[in-house]
Amino acid sequence: MKGVRFEGLRDVGDPVELGAAYSDAGADELVYLDVKATLDGRAALLALVARIADRLAIPFTVGGGVRSVADAEALLEAGADKVSVNSAALERPQLVTELAARLGSQAVVVAVDAKDGFVRSRAGSSATGRLAVDWACEAEEHGAGEILLTSIDADGTREGYDLELTRAVAGAVSIPVIASGGAGSARDVADALDVAQAALLASILHENPARLESLRAELLELGVLLRDAA
Amino acid sequence: MNVAVCAYGAGNVRSVVTAFRRLGADAAVTASPAAVAAADLAVLPGVGSAAAAMDGLRERGLDYALRERVAAGRATLGICLGLQLALEESEEDGGVAGLGILPGRARRLRHGRVPRIGWATIEPGGETFYFAHSYAAETSAVTARSEGVVAVAEAGSFLGVQFHPEKSGAAGVRFLERCLSRV
Repeated sequence: MKGVRFEGLRDVGDPVELGAAYSDAGADELVYLDVKATLDGRAALLALVARIADRLAIPFTVGGGVRSVADAEALLEAGADKVSVNSAALERPQLVTELAARLGSQAVVVAVDAKDGFVRSRAGSSATGRLAVDWACEAEEHGAGEILLTSIDADGTREGYDLELTRAVAGAVSIPVIASGGAGSARDVADALDVAQAALLASILHENPARLESLRAELLELGVLLRDAA
Repeated sequence: MNVAVCAYGAGNVRSVVTAFRRLGADAAVTASPAAVAAADLAVLPGVGSAAAAMDGLRERGLDYALRERVAAGRATLGICLGLQLALEESEEDGGVAGLGILPGRARRLRHGRVPRIGWATIEPGGETFYFAHSYAAETSAVTARSEGVVAVAEAGSFLGVQFHPEKSGAAGVRFLERCLSRV
């Protein structure tokens, strides 16, 4: 599912088929977020995670509704390489420490959804009053291995990533930051990669999965170093 | 071709098995020392902490089975933490004794963003693989590096890689094919 600024979620396709297509077309990593899991009070769908994982030859990050080490271990067992935590970590930052101790920091992604520089939880529905930069630093101290930083303001707009927010967070932490929200063109992705260590793409690919290949070609023309996916 | 993937309570082993099965190998996850001893290729995968992983190996008797295999010259592949565990020691968790299959020790990365996560090229070879680690091997058995970090180390029949071939797309598939062809 995908929306615009976290609103108007709509179905964009079968995650198993989309995931396999992205893996084959040269995506460097797949992120699957069961965005309604926390709101629905359930864990991510393990059987679906396993079906997606079995079709991939690239790293796989899964999030949505992760509230405990047991939830995270179940996801890894189903074939995820990393788990992404968000709302539960905001409520209890110690969860990040527990996950890092058990799974290693490299498997723990803290997803930060920000609006006007402040963190929101529960799929963007609740204000936390915390600055995204502060929470990212605290998450790192607790053992997070990566920050998946989504700008709610930019999400789904295709008007470019929130570079100001991304630069602020990436400059404040010493773990990798994945920029998310707003990708519309290869230029946008190149700009995001100037300030972050990775850039996430969603809307523009879900609508047209074949766009990944042309996007890779355009990025190479812009001088962005990409792996040879062949 | 029979491939035994060691299960000792450390992370995602499913993708390693899946990758070998795609190549036509008869791969299975096992915690049995006998199965590890008998396999054509044994794989020591692993993510997570070195101390917990070594405890997991010892509890199951897999440490002994792996050392015996390598001593007998039988093909064994260590992936990521599996490479680090094969060393004499790791400085992780306040110091952990390893399997001693490879000389040297694992040390925390001191440069760049840590964990080091992402795709990087190894030399020699020039292929690009996926890395996700906070510690790296320092060993005289190194045979390839990536951005200065030990990416591949070999001693006798043991081959250790810091990257994740099972997560490295087409290059990873080719690497695993070469592993199977060497058995």
